[in-house]
Amino acid sequence: MAGEVKATILTARIRKERRGAGASSFILDVSIEASPGITILFGPSGAGKSTLLDSVAGLARPDEGRIVAGSDVLFDSGRGIDVPAPKRRTAYVFQTLALFPHLSAEENVSYGLMDLQEEERRKRVEAILKAFRVEKLRRQRPGEISGGEKQRIALARSLVTEPRVLLLDEPLTGLDAELKAAIVDDLRAWNAAKGIPILYVTHSREEVDALGERVIALDNGRVVSAGAPMDVLDAPRRKKLAQAAGFENILSATVLDLREADGVMRVRLGESACEIEVPLGYAAAGNRVQVAVRAGDILLATERPHGLSARNVMDGRIISLEQRGTMVIARVDCEVIFVVHVTPGAVRALELTAGRRVWLVLKTHSCHLVE
Amino acid sequence: MEALWLSMKLAACVAAILLVIGMPVAYLLAYSNWRGKFLLESLVALPLVLPPTVLGFYALVAMGPRGPLGKLWIALFGHGLAFTFSGLILASVLYSFPFAVQPLVASFEGVDRRLLDASAVLGAGSSRTFCRVILPLSLPGVVTAAVLSFAHTLGEFGVVLMVGGNLAGVTRTVSIDIYDRVQSLEYGEANRMALVLLAISFSVLCVVYAVNRRVWTPWPAK
Repeated sequence: MAGEVKATILTARIRKERRGAGASSFILDVSIEASPGITILFGPSGAGKSTLLDSVAGLARPDEGRIVAGSDVLFDSGRGIDVPAPKRRTAYVFQTLALFPHLSAEENVSYGLMDLQEEERRKRVEAILKAFRVEKLRRQRPGEISGGEKQRIALARSLVTEPRVLLLDEPLTGLDAELKAAIVDDLRAWNAAKGIPILYVTHSREEVDALGERVIALDNGRVVSAGAPMDVLDAPRRKKLAQAAGFENILSATVLDLREADGVMRVRLGESACEIEVPLGYAAAGNRVQVAVRAGDILLATERPHGLSARNVMDGRIISLEQRGTMVIARVDCEVIFVVHVTPGAVRALELTAGRRVWLVLKTHSCHLVE
Repeated sequence: MEALWLSMKLAACVAAILLVIGMPVAYLLAYSNWRGKFLLESLVALPLVLPPTVLGFYALVAMGPRGPLGKLWIALFGHGLAFTFSGLILASVLYSFPFAVQPLVASFEGVDRRLLDASAVLGAGSSRTFCRVILPLSLPGVVTAAVLSFAHTLGEFGVVLMVGGNLAGVTRTVSIDIYDRVQSLEYGEANRMALVLLAISFSVLCVVYAVNRRVWTPWPAK
C-alpha cells in the first residue's frame, strides 16, 4: 500500500466484442492514455464508454489487449495476466453510485478499508468525510440522503482506498451546475495531492466545458478524436458526435466562396436558395460540407429584424410546435427545416402558431462545420 | 400434543439444515452461468411436481438396510435409517428443498449487480461480498425460505408415511396423527389438531407475505 503515490500513467489497449442478438454485435477497439488529472471520455450512449471503464476495473474481460497503471500490468492477454478486480486498486464511481443501502454513510466509506487497523481506518474515514463535506451525514443511510450528498459519499468511498486510478461513470448527472462545480472543485483539490489519472465519462457537453483538461471522444467503439475540449467538440468531426454534443441541426451545404480576410465563407444550404455565412473551414468553393447548429443558438423573430450584428437572417414558416418539458421545439421551414428551441413564454408573447411567418437569426460562430 | 411437538422439532431442524445447504446451491443458481445449469434447476424443482409418495418411496429404498444410504448409516452409527427421526429429517430436507432454494435464488438475483461490482472494486472477494452485501440485502428472502420450508415440512404427509411409518414420539407427526384419529372416528380430537395446524400455517404465510410486501423492513427501502 502506497502512502505516497508516484505519478501514474494509465494506458489501455482494449478490444472487446459484444455479441448481441442478430446483427447487433458491437466491437470496442480503443487505445487510450491518461496522465494524472482528469481525462474526459465523451460520446453518445452506446459508444463503449462504460465497457471501457469496466475493463480497466476488471469487471469486464477484454478479448485482447493490455492495461497498465504506472508500472503494474493489470491485464495482458498476450501474457495471460488478468489481475482480479479486488486487487487492481482502481476506484470506480458508478452512474447509479451503487451505495450499499443497508449501510450508513460511514460504513459505506469504510467498506474498502476492512484490512486496516481500527485506528487507521477511523482516521482515514474521518479525513475523507471532511474533505468531501459530508461528515454530518455519517450515521445516515443512503435512502435518507439527498442526490448531491450521495454523490459526495460515493466519491469518498472510492477515494479513501487510495486508488491508483479513478473511474467515474457520469457520477454527477442530475445535479445542477453549481453543485456539480462544487463537487468537481473538491475532487480537484483532493487530486492535487494524489496526482492519479481520472477517467471521467460523460455525454454532457456542459460537463466537458466545466471540467475540460483533455477529452477523448468515442463513437461506436472507436476513438474518433482526442485533445483539448475546444478542438474535440467545437469542430465535431463526426455527425453522431455532433448530435451528442447537442447540435440538433445538421445540414448539408455547398461552399460558395471563401472570404479569408474575414475568416468566413458563404455556403448554400441543401438544394435551397438559402445562403448563410459560416466560419472559415478547410474547404474550397464547390465542396460539400456539413453545418451543425444548436437549436438553442437560433433566435426567432416575428418581424424582419434589422440592425443586428448577426449575419444570417432567413425567413420561413413554423411547421409545428411541440412542448417538451419547459421547452418548446419549433420546426421552421426556410426551404430547409430548422429545429429551434424557444420557451413557452416566448410562444405566448409572440403568439407563435403553426403556419406563422417568422425570421430566424443565426450568428456566424454558432454555425459549426462538421467533417 | 406429542405429535405436534415432534412436527415442530422436525420442521425446525429441516428449516435450519435447508438454510445451510440451500445458500450455496442458491448462490450457484443465481450467479453462475454454466451450460448445465438447467439440470440443477430442474433437479431442485423436482419435489414440487413429484407425488410425495414417489419421493418417499425412493427415499425409503435408499435408506433401507440394503440401500446405499442405509448401508452407509449402519456402517457409521450401527443402526438403520428408515423409520427413525434422522431418516425423516433427511427425506423432508429433499422434499422441502425447492421451498428453501427458490426464495433464496429470487432474492439473490434481486440484488443490484452494480453493488456486487462496487464491492469487488473496493477490494472484497466473493465471500466477503456475500456476507456483507448479498446476505443482508436478501434478508426477506432468507426469512421466506426458512418460514416456507418450516411450514411445508410441518404439513407433509406422504413422505412421512413412506419413510417414517407411524411410531409414537419418533415419527408420528401431526398430520399422521390427524389421519389416525379420523380413521378411528375421533373427530373432536382430529379437529383440535387440524385447527392448530391451520392456525400455524396461516400465521406463517402471513409472515412470508408481510416480509415480502415490506410492511416492515430492517431499513427504509432504497
